[in-house]
Amino acid sequence: MSPKTPAPAVRPHVAPSPHIAAKENVTHIMLWVVAALAPTAIWGVWNMGLVAVVLLVSCIGSSMATEWVWNRLAGRPQSLIDGSALVTGLLLALALPPRTPWWMGVAGGIVAIGLAKMLFGGLGWNLFNPALVGRAFLSVSWMGVLADVRPFPGGWYEALDVPAVAGHDAITGATRLAIASADRAAGGAYGVDLADHYAPLLLRNLEGSLGEVSGLLLIAGGVLLIAKRIIDWRIPAGYIGTVALLSWAFGSDPIFNVLAGGVLLGAFFMATDYVTSPMTPTGRLIFGCGCGLFNVVARFFGPMPEATTFAILFMNGLVPLIDRGLRPRTYGWVSRRG
Amino acid sequence: MSRRAFRGGIHPPDRKDATSGLAIERAPVPPSLTVPMSQHLGAPCAPLVARGDRVRRGQVIGDVEAMVSAPVHSPVDGEVAEVTDVLLASGTRVLAVRITPDEVQDLDRFEPLAAAGDERARVRASGVVGLGGAAFPSAVKLSPPKDMAVTTVILNGCECEPFLTCDHRAMVESPARVVAGGRAIAGIVGAGRVVVGVEANKPDAAEALRAYAGDGVEVLVLPTRYPQGAEKQLIQAVLGAEVPHGKLPAATGALVHNVSTAVAIADALEHGRPLMERVVTVTGRVERPGNYLALLGTPVSALIEHAGGVTAGAGRVIAGGPMTGMALADLDVPVVKGTSGVVVLSAEETAPAVIGDQPCIRCSRCSQACPMGLEPFALGIYANRSDWEATERYHALDCIECGCCSFVCPTRRPLVQLIRRAKQSLLERGAPL
Ligand code: SF4
Ligand code: SF4
Repeated sequence: MSPKTPAPAVRPHVAPSPHIAAKENVTHIMLWVVAALAPTAIWGVWNMGLVAVVLLVSCIGSSMATEWVWNRLAGRPQSLIDGSALVTGLLLALALPPRTPWWMGVAGGIVAIGLAKMLFGGLGWNLFNPALVGRAFLSVSWMGVLADVRPFPGGWYEALDVPAVAGHDAITGATRLAIASADRAAGGAYGVDLADHYAPLLLRNLEGSLGEVSGLLLIAGGVLLIAKRIIDWRIPAGYIGTVALLSWAFGSDPIFNVLAGGVLLGAFFMATDYVTSPMTPTGRLIFGCGCGLFNVVARFFGPMPEATTFAILFMNGLVPLIDRGLRPRTYGWVSRRG
Repeated sequence: MSRRAFRGGIHPPDRKDATSGLAIERAPVPPSLTVPMSQHLGAPCAPLVARGDRVRRGQVIGDVEAMVSAPVHSPVDGEVAEVTDVLLASGTRVLAVRITPDEVQDLDRFEPLAAAGDERARVRASGVVGLGGAAFPSAVKLSPPKDMAVTTVILNGCECEPFLTCDHRAMVESPARVVAGGRAIAGIVGAGRVVVGVEANKPDAAEALRAYAGDGVEVLVLPTRYPQGAEKQLIQAVLGAEVPHGKLPAATGALVHNVSTAVAIADALEHGRPLMERVVTVTGRVERPGNYLALLGTPVSALIEHAGGVTAGAGRVIAGGPMTGMALADLDVPVVKGTSGVVVLSAEETAPAVIGDQPCIRCSRCSQACPMGLEPFALGIYANRSDWEATERYHALDCIECGCCSFVCPTRRPLVQLIRRAKQSLLERGAPL
């Protein structure tokens, strides 16, 4: 056999094994999260208009800009390509009421990325969920502004006569949760039927954070991420299951308590953040249940009915402990660890 | 019988279609063979021939008095051109005998092994080593410690590495020889049971083997998952038992041999045939992929040429499979006993570009994929800091370097490389394995 045309030459490229890798990379993962949240963001903009756009742009823009500037000043390689700053900005915007002024969105993004992420060493090193740190910072600094969830004309609350809810006047602070809690405190004096709220909470809810506009879209996005094996079902299952079970045990409507407030956004999208959640399947179940527990306890007994942020942040702080307690057993070893 | 799956693992695209249906075909005798004196784990052989000597096919040309070693035989009739240092696929330099083959070769003929000695001695004399890639001398494995009774011989027909099909073809084309080898091994170690483990993606192999099963020989079809063919994982999948840390596999009552090794052992015992050639799957970006029976010492470049040369885009040439094989810098390295494949990949097919700074995002994909139950993310972080004590606490030395962790990592952290570095440092500092 004589060689006909000279075969293409190889200039062999040497690298250590393995020589192949899974297609999925960190950017794909982050873009799937964005895709899962996109319907919620779009539906929010559709219903709330320009203010929602302004909020999205200010949060996402400042998150990404903060990361870029930080890397620039620290002389580190740029990392926007991994998509994590985009996700943080998007989550922050969805966790804020649409009327949040743009400069607060900017401040939240700076705190989320600068304080909660880059100061800890960048992606992978932070202990607390950056978007939630940003939100917590804003709610502590400008409590009154964030409590302003005044909906837009035609909102359901106008039809309801709620004279004084939790010390606010009827116009501000009237989320469905606050109403429910005031109603509970007053022993049902307002005659609020929580089941009436299922449909608006699932489909079109204008009172609350931008991301709470439709529970159905959040659930759909979460299910998509679970099906794509991007998030572990154990965290939302533990979270939502615990919220439902405990609120039922406390004599409230479990479905309402799952749908209202930040539970769905928190369970599917905040608590599932890789960096700030446990590494083992069991750990994730415990973590999810813990988030649900603190969320319900804070909602029913704490000063703020919107307790999602602090419940998840608190559990973030316990992650190193959970991980240390649940290290896997090495093949061939009898005890967990030597 | 309890049958349990091993932990973790991955499902890389298997890419075996190009060659799994192609019968084994003999590659031509190259103009020159380079036969290394060390093609196995253990003591290298000393050459027994010198420049200008005539050698006959099957003649011993290298051997050494050592427990863990395997003699080397001439694959052809010919003349020794030189005895010199050469580079192997693994990157190590070893002594090799370079042979110029005679113009006329009768490859059906060979110098048979001396019939003297017991079966273990004859397996040792045949030079057979683990043909799955590990290249551990088979005779050594046939002598487990006296206090450990081997009850089950497991024949490894998983061939879980993507692309490779040489074991698959051996099972389809010579099922009787595979089973004969299994029975011979069971006879030597006194085991009552032979289990041939075959992955579900090779139904034709399982089918062919079944015709010879029975009477203590079983064919067990295992769900396809990498690294099923790793010794510890296969034992776990077949017996549901883990090899205790620091112990030999025989502690579980199991002895694992590759199916192609079993064929070679049967050939050595029944026909006095030394190991002179092996099947190499040449595939990927080559014109004519195939399962080629290559004489040991054939240059990889000659094998690629026989396969019609590489096609456009070829960028990396791997000796072995893509998960654990070695990328070749020099294509003239010889085929040795452990060379199961030559896989040519394009730049796009090889591990894709690195994203940013490769931080660990704690996604836990690596720890969930690790078949040894390790935490590769933590090992990677500690190895990066040269904190070797911590890597020891995290059991770096239990890593089998299967590559699952690097494969799945979404930020492409070079985990296996980092863990290898940790293992090396620990071994240099005298840590017990
Ligand atoms: S290479 Fe080592 S650490 Fe990585 S998955 Fe395999 S055994 Fe686990
Ligand atoms: S797969 Fe990579 S990013 Fe994920 S935990 Fe392991 S090392 Fe970290």
